[in-house]
Order: sequence, then structure tokens, then C-alpha cells
Amino acid sequence: MFEYCSDPKSLEGLIWLSCYVTTPKHMSFYGSFLVVMGLLALAAPLAMLFGFIGAIASRSSKSLVRFFGKGYLAMIRGIPDIVFFLFIPIALDQAFEYLRHKILCPEVIEPIRQGNDFVVCTAAKLPLSAASEWVHDLYGFSLALLAFGFVFGAFTGNVLFGAMAAVPKSQLETGEAFGFSPRQVFRRILIPQMWIYALPGLSNLWMILIKATPLLFLLGIEDIVYWARELGGIKTGVYDYPHPDWRAWYFGVLMIFYLLLTYISQIVLDRLSNKLSIGQATLAGKAI
Amino acid sequence: MDYGLRSIGYGERLLPKSDITLCEQFVLIGSGMIWNIYFAFLALLFGFLFSTVLALGKNSSHMIFNKPSRIFIFIFRGSPLFIQFFFAYDLFIILPKLGIDIELGFITVTVETRWLTKAWLGALIVLFFNTSAYAAEIFYGALRAVPSKDIEAADSFGFSGTKKFKRIIWPTMLRLAWPSYTNEAIFLFHATTLVFFTGFPAWQQRGDAIYYASYFADKTFNPFVPYPIVGLYFIIFTLFIIGVFSVINKRLNKHLLPNERSKLKIRLNLIR
Repeated sequence: MFEYCSDPKSLEGLIWLSCYVTTPKHMSFYGSFLVVMGLLALAAPLAMLFGFIGAIASRSSKSLVRFFGKGYLAMIRGIPDIVFFLFIPIALDQAFEYLRHKILCPEVIEPIRQGNDFVVCTAAKLPLSAASEWVHDLYGFSLALLAFGFVFGAFTGNVLFGAMAAVPKSQLETGEAFGFSPRQVFRRILIPQMWIYALPGLSNLWMILIKATPLLFLLGIEDIVYWARELGGIKTGVYDYPHPDWRAWYFGVLMIFYLLLTYISQIVLDRLSNKLSIGQATLAGKAI
Repeated sequence: MDYGLRSIGYGERLLPKSDITLCEQFVLIGSGMIWNIYFAFLALLFGFLFSTVLALGKNSSHMIFNKPSRIFIFIFRGSPLFIQFFFAYDLFIILPKLGIDIELGFITVTVETRWLTKAWLGALIVLFFNTSAYAAEIFYGALRAVPSKDIEAADSFGFSGTKKFKRIIWPTMLRLAWPSYTNEAIFLFHATTLVFFTGFPAWQQRGDAIYYASYFADKTFNPFVPYPIVGLYFIIFTLFIIGVFSVINKRLNKHLLPNERSKLKIRLNLIR
């Protein structure tokens, strides 16, 4: 990065440190913080979408739709979510490859599951083995994102389902009395009013989503945990910047990063809650 | 089957490599559950005591008790358990090099820090601290919610400080906190699955349920068998936890009128 860094072995003290923390690998480490932020920014709306669909489905009047909706929301309760994080990306990956295999190479008749192997033709591989590295990274990230969206969608769905049930019945009946169609009641009365009931649950989920982001590491993404282990490990004299086992310090930095993130989120969410309470038929709303 | 106690080092040494049968998967993953139960049980046991102390500390008006409890709770609730595992493991690795000698008058005792890097102790300590922080927050909330008239009644009967706490405040706090604490116990049980995915090595491949499940998924390229098996085991034990906790809940609510009793409401399982 800096010109004086060309011969790291001759450096000492703060200058050495300034060179050390600006190596290309450290730049990737800082970049992976952005990956975490990106995951948060994308997974939250995705989970909202899944959750919204789940909540509406479990309120549906058609029993089959309701069954699937309730099943989706209930699925997460008894099983550790890490099971889903491990299961969904592989399952999705195999599902995509299976579909592509059926469409792209119909002439291959050998079964895909051969004993302990999962074999698809080369054209159906995802991503294509010839694809460049960033495509592989992006594909892995997308699968992880889908897993996060799916798991947190179920959580969000539960919260939204509860919030929809918490909107006072009289409010909805008033809408009907004014001649609103069910769709109008849903859009004009239920949705605007449910947010204040959903907010405590949703802010809780946001905190949990923040704390779930290091699980990206389990999905084989080069995230902050990966880089902290990589950079913190013992570096012998062969390396430009030899140092002993510094992983504890790197993970200390990650701890501080997450503590800051949750601390700031808490302040923002508290303000939001106060703001949304204004004019609502709740205790907090009446107090203002 | 030879794999029944494999996770604690008895029976067949080699894990199945090829021709993995469904039965082998069930037995080996079930044997891994021993670790999950071990971690969850001990962490909850110790965590229960420590969290009560922390909750009282947070409720205390003394700076000496209040500040440390608040900071402890904030650190362990504000950061991911996953990172805590990594951080603790790497910290424990450094420790022996520093060496800890405790002077006990004429003899010097060297504390064994070697064990801390093993999962059975190191991970247990992290889980213990983590659940203490979460439970302390629950207990603190319940402590604030103890009806003031109960305390006034105790005062008017001339109860001393300790007696008042033991007979009135503590039982009421537990009763109010119990539904949330049940959820916390379930979260903790599920959080034990993280242990062997962090720095803690599974020595001689003695891992927990999910360690073996991911081993099978790797070996067979088929996630559709081992993960549902883990799921099934966890559902069974989660139901067991709910059963035990609801028995205690009944006992805590025994003196109340039926319509005043608080029911256990099992909420979501969420990552911390």
C-alpha cells in the first residue's frame, strides 16, 4: 500500500503495523465486513418477503394453502436452525443441478444418485466448472442468502402472524361496516396497523439476524470469520509479516464489531418504536 | 451396534466410510446427542445459579455490583455465540504460554489451563457464560416485575432481608420468569450444536450429533437423510425439556388460582 512497505522485514514498531494492516489480505478482510453488511441488507427484506407470504398463507381460507403456511412457520420451532443452514444450501444446490440435468442432458439415462455419489452431466454443473472464481463466490453467497431468507422468513412469518392477529377485531369490523372489501380491509387497515405490534418481535429478529451472520463461515463463504482465522494464524519467517498466533486478537476485533452493531441497532430501534407508537391504540401511544 | 457410545470414545474406532446404512446413521448421530445433552445440562445447571447472582447485581444500586453485571450481560448478549466460541478458544490456547501460578502460602499451585482448550471444558464455560447472561436478563426483568405489595406484605410480617428474598422475592421472580426461561433453555440446547463447528476440535472424531450428521452428509452427498435425523432427535429432546420445565412451572404456580396461573408459551427457536 505505502511505498515504504516494500521491504517489510526491515520495519519496526508503528510503521511495521501500518504496513501490516494494509496488506492486500487485510483489504479482503475489511471487504468481508462489507459482505456481512450486504448480507444483512439483503437477507432482511428477503426474510420479510418469505415471512409475509408465510403469514398470509397461514391465514388463508383454503385449507391446503393454510397447511403449507402453518407447516413452514412451525418447522423452525423444534429443530436447531443451524441444521437448516447446513441443509438448505446443499439441498437447493442439488435441486438446481437435478433440474438442469433433466433439462440440459436428457440423453443421459444413468441415475443421478450412484451409491454415495451425486452425478450430473458437466453442462448441468452449477456454477459451470469453467466459470471464473467470482461466479463461484456469488453463487455460494446467493445460496447462503436464500438459506438465511428461508430460516428468518419462518421467524418473521411467526411474528407477522401474531401481529396480524393482535390488531383489534373492532378495527377490521369498522372497515367492513364502511363497505370495504376484504382486500381493502387487509391493505388499508390490517397492514398499516400491524407494524406496531410486529415491531418488538421484528427488532428482536434483527438483533438475532446480526448475530447469525458469522454462520456464513459454515457455508464456505470467505467471511470475517474465515479471514480472522486466516490472518490471525501463526505466520513463520517465510511470510513477509511473521507473527505468533494472533487469532484471539482478531476475534476480539470481531466481538467489538458485533457489539457496536447491536448497540447502534438497539438505539435506532428504540427511537423507531417511539415514533411508530404515536397515535396508536396502545399504552405507549396514549402516553405521548 | 458398535457406535452407541462412539462419541465418548467407546466401541468401534473407525467411522463408517462406505456402504453407510440408515441404522448406522441413527445410532452414531444419537450417540453424538450425548454431548449436546451434556453441554446443555451442565451449562443450564451452573447458569441458573450464576444468572440469579447477575440479575441481583444488575438490580443492585451499588456501582460495584451493578456495572460489572451490566457489562457482562451486554457483552454476552450483544455478540454472536459463534464468535464467542472462537474468541474463547483462541484465548485459551494462548493461556498456557502465559502460565498461571497461584501462591497458596508456602506452596504454588499451577492451574491446569490445558483442559480449557478441550471442548468438554472450554465450550462448556462459554455456554455457561452465555446462558447466564441471557437468563440474567430474563430474571432481571422478572425481578423488576415482582409486585410491590408482596414485598410490603413481607415487610409488615417482619421478614428479614434474607428471609424476604428466600421466601417471597425469589420464588415470585422464578414464577414470573419461568416461561421465558423455558425458551432460553431450549435455545441453549439448540446452541450446543455450534460447539464443534468452531475452534474446538472433535478429538478422535468424538463429536456431537450435528458433527456426525455433517460427516454423513459429506460422505454420502445426501443431506436428506442425516439432517432430518438430527432434527428428529432434537424435536424429541426439546419436547422432553418442555415436559420437565412445565412440571416445575406447575409447582411454581401451585398456590395461585387457576385463572392467575401463567402457562408455558413455547416461542421460537432463534440463534443467538
